[in-house]
Amino acid sequence: MLSIKNLQASVEEKEILRGINLEVKAGEVHAIMGPNGSGKSTLASVLAGKEDYEVTGGEVDFMGKDLLEFDADVRAREGVFLAFQYPVEIPGVSTTNFMKTALNQIREHHGEKPLDAVSFLKRMKEKMKLVEIDQSLLSRSLNEGFSGGEKKRNEIFQMAMLEPKLAILDETDSGLDIDALRIVANGVNALKSKENATIVVTHYQRLLDYIVPDYVHVLYKGRIVKSGTKDLALELEEKGYDWIKEEAEAQA
Amino acid sequence: MSNDDQILEEFTSKEYEFGWTVDLEADEAPKGLNEDIVRFISAKKDEPQWLLEWRLDAFKKWKEMKEPTWPNVHYPKIDYQDIKYYSAPKKGAAPKSLDEVDPELIATFEKLGISLTEQKRLTGVAVDAVIDSVSVATTFKDTLAELGIIFCSFSEAVKDHPELIRKHMGSVVPVNDNYFAALNSAVFSDGSFAYIPKGVRCPMELSTYFRINAANTGQFERTLIVAEEGSYVSYLEGCTAPQRDENQLHAAVVEIKAATNAEVKYSTVQNWFPGDKNGKGGIYNFVTKRGICEGDHSKISWTQVETGSAVTWKYPSCILKGDYSVGEFYSVAVTNNYQQADTGTKMIHIGKNTKSRIVSKGISAGKSQNSYRGQVQVMKRADNARNHSQCDSLLMGDQCGAHTFPYIDIENQSAQVEHEATTSKIGEDQIFYCQQRGIDEESAVALIVNGYAKEVLKQLPMEFAVEAQKLLALTLEGSVG
Repeated sequence: MLSIKNLQASVEEKEILRGINLEVKAGEVHAIMGPNGSGKSTLASVLAGKEDYEVTGGEVDFMGKDLLEFDADVRAREGVFLAFQYPVEIPGVSTTNFMKTALNQIREHHGEKPLDAVSFLKRMKEKMKLVEIDQSLLSRSLNEGFSGGEKKRNEIFQMAMLEPKLAILDETDSGLDIDALRIVANGVNALKSKENATIVVTHYQRLLDYIVPDYVHVLYKGRIVKSGTKDLALELEEKGYDWIKEEAEAQA
Repeated sequence: MSNDDQILEEFTSKEYEFGWTVDLEADEAPKGLNEDIVRFISAKKDEPQWLLEWRLDAFKKWKEMKEPTWPNVHYPKIDYQDIKYYSAPKKGAAPKSLDEVDPELIATFEKLGISLTEQKRLTGVAVDAVIDSVSVATTFKDTLAELGIIFCSFSEAVKDHPELIRKHMGSVVPVNDNYFAALNSAVFSDGSFAYIPKGVRCPMELSTYFRINAANTGQFERTLIVAEEGSYVSYLEGCTAPQRDENQLHAAVVEIKAATNAEVKYSTVQNWFPGDKNGKGGIYNFVTKRGICEGDHSKISWTQVETGSAVTWKYPSCILKGDYSVGEFYSVAVTNNYQQADTGTKMIHIGKNTKSRIVSKGISAGKSQNSYRGQVQVMKRADNARNHSQCDSLLMGDQCGAHTFPYIDIENQSAQVEHEATTSKIGEDQIFYCQQRGIDEESAVALIVNGYAKEVLKQLPMEFAVEAQKLLALTLEGSVG
């Protein structure tokens, strides 16, 4: 589904990604871990098409298409979803209205008619249950005055509404208490299928108790320096990142 | 004669009645302004002596006044002797079909979702088969007449209801109120008059749309709305369609009077030609709008969406004279390219327990300048007066300006006055967030701007609100990225 080859990117002339290689197949869950400043969030943003980052080399193939050719909105319509670490507030725009606009533009992209009001509401109700989100929250201004937990649940709710092929969760666990974490993870797990894939970007192992990855990759100084199974995450939890850093420095 | 023919007949003869004929084609006052011109206008309109004297008095006062320089707007000095103050509507010049109309204008209509019939009306296409709107207008007039509501052009009102006009005209905005009001009083062309009798709730929005005859009201428009005790009316002015006009200077006056327990809601969408991308051309819009809550428990509410004109100078105000009276002002003012707007409101609290609320949302893009200027005045005997003002500015890009000039003048200790102001920029983060959900950049800006202006837009009547939303998006098209 997603094939990243030697991806390099910089922001304001500072090189952050220095040759990422990653293969993600449909049905898989990949976790990207790493110490602060290793480039995890940059990778997520570059894949989503944020303009602040300049791709200086490498290729990204997404379902047979050159992802880097597309603007952010087209990437989203093609099926890439990013759950933001810090979701922004949009005053006066309800989540409901936001989702209606988004969903209809995505449908138009695929040559489908806009969803009628009844089907849209049905879909909303269905997905609301999934992340235990309240109707009243969805009528309020998007993310305005939401608690940290509500914002993250709202991200997963949007993901459920848009049914992406590839979901990238950027530090979705940050700022969540254990109950909210469980709700968010349950939502993500319920959305998993053989047709879609998930990339979980996280600093801590905690989230991976709930969203069990097939592969774990450790990012350090803009490169994937170690890959393994979920056991690698447990090892990191126990030993910290220092040994990885040492290993990586020794190889360099 | 069939019913349809009869309606057509009525319609065309009415047109004649208002002088849109070949005879008047040549009728045009020479450039310049003097007493003779004022007399000419009055004579052309076949006005009574008292009105001529009223005009002459205004003209005399205007000559002694100076054009205000305090607004935060800049434009070349206006040569008042280089303007024509009267010209009859030209009928022969009207396009015969929409094919003859500027395709760019038609494209804009399409984007705004304006119906074909209305497109024709707006572009002045010769109306041949608009039976629908004629019959709608007729039914509309019948319903109003049954309730005793008067809704007609100002000239018509001068002829048919001189006592009402004489009593109320100039009582809210005196002839010498300000430079442009005095000018308007001397040379006003036409406008609208609405009268809602005691205890009547006007069952429909009064909109100039239905007043086919009074369409071409020209550059010096005058509106008077009188709401008697316990009545209610919602009045719509303007339209979302871009309006072009050869007259660069527009100076309108609007007066509203609300008696005890009466409520008047006045909504405006102003989209006069703003000039081109380089700031050439465009309308100067200098408007005086004021309402007086004369009776206890009366209410006047102004809602405006201002997207057009090169220069806007406009402060719809409320004089809260009656005890427990309420004044409201909801405004969205958008400026793009080289547009300049200096707009806001005045809330004058005179009566006890009076309340006012101000919500102003400015949006500046391009190289435009957008100023909010508002005054809250609480007089000595206005015990327990309350005001809440909220003035927000939204900036797009880094070459535009937003300014806020609040004036607060309190003479009564019991007053509660609150003022909140915010300035924000449309963040790239917000746009990226929308794009990441599949929403393109233009739609993202529209979504964010409409969200920002929602508090004001929701005050507009439903249909108007939908059009206004599209208009905001259209005005700001291409201003990001």
